[in-house]
Amino acid sequence: MVQFSLPKNSRMTVGKTWPKPEGAKNVRKFQIYRWSPDDGKNPRIDTYFVDMDNCGPMVLDALIKIKNEIDPTLTFRRSCREGICGSCAMNIDGRNTLACIYGMDEIKGDVKIYPLPHMPVVKDLVPDLTHFYAQHASIMPWLETKTNRPAKEWKQSIEDRKKLDGLYECVMCASCSTSCPSYWWNSDKYLGPAALLHAYRWIIDSRDEATGERLDALEDPFKLYRCHTIMNCAKTCPKGLNPAEAISHIKKMMVERVV
Amino acid sequence: MRYLTARKRAEGKGAAHTGTEHHWSMQVSAVGLALIVPTFLYIFGKALGSDYATVTETFSHPIPAIVTALVLVFGLKHFNRGFEMMAQDYLRGSQLKAAIMFMTAFTYGLAATGLFALAKLAL
Repeated sequence: MVQFSLPKNSRMTVGKTWPKPEGAKNVRKFQIYRWSPDDGKNPRIDTYFVDMDNCGPMVLDALIKIKNEIDPTLTFRRSCREGICGSCAMNIDGRNTLACIYGMDEIKGDVKIYPLPHMPVVKDLVPDLTHFYAQHASIMPWLETKTNRPAKEWKQSIEDRKKLDGLYECVMCASCSTSCPSYWWNSDKYLGPAALLHAYRWIIDSRDEATGERLDALEDPFKLYRCHTIMNCAKTCPKGLNPAEAISHIKKMMVERVV
Repeated sequence: MRYLTARKRAEGKGAAHTGTEHHWSMQVSAVGLALIVPTFLYIFGKALGSDYATVTETFSHPIPAIVTALVLVFGLKHFNRGFEMMAQDYLRGSQLKAAIMFMTAFTYGLAATGLFALAKLAL
């Protein structure tokens, strides 16, 4: 449900300012959200200074440098460092994106880094994505067939395969869903842009034989129709996908079933 | 604290198997209103500031009277359905139910009042 102000225990305070690196000439200021479940304190914003002459170009490079050289307690997820795994999604400079493919040259002024908005925080920049993944699982992200398995393979024409472009590339980073106000207010019921994009990916797969059941499962004022085409999802997607368009196609298919 | 699995929470009570009719009716009424509201504004604007006899004369003609009636009925129905969608975004439980009931009664009452006034002018 809608909340216009942060709960008392989520209000941020000013945190520690770490010393500047000695002798560095090209220094950049980082303001990073910190919260630990262990100390019972409110979240704080710590300030770090990074020597940019000895740092890679991406935000993730700076985070790894901070963790390795300044503050080993800073916690964040990362794995592939090339925009494939979706682990390092966070709010950078007011935008949900992947730290590994977001260049620091794209940011003017101080670099402000927060966890993905409106999600429970596990620690520092690590959000709890349990519900997000469960919603993804609920749309049955696999091929559903009723016909007996063919001897060799399920065939698909080149044209039908092309329909999956712009959908299969989603890395489930949750940047889109956590940028959506409808998802902020109603994430318990609304599936959100990422799960719906994946739902559409399976609905239009020419090999899938559960189209009706998939549409039935989505026909709900909350699961699907909370999308009001705000388009934050398309604007923020670090992979350049358009979940809003996929959702509009699902709505169109729903209407085609009744009109 | 309830011990529910993440999947159980995500599935909730399942799909209501409704929503498309609401979505389609909003699309239809939006397109319809986009056509008739400018016509209504033209008729209303032309009659605005005129004396009583001219206004009754205007609304006694079938086209202005029918256009006004359509705007009243479908405009307020569209408004009510739009409000319902907005209320679902921001309210929950008994607050949501009460808001929808109040707004439905209010818009239907407003439409009935408008139709009565129009009938008095037109007939």
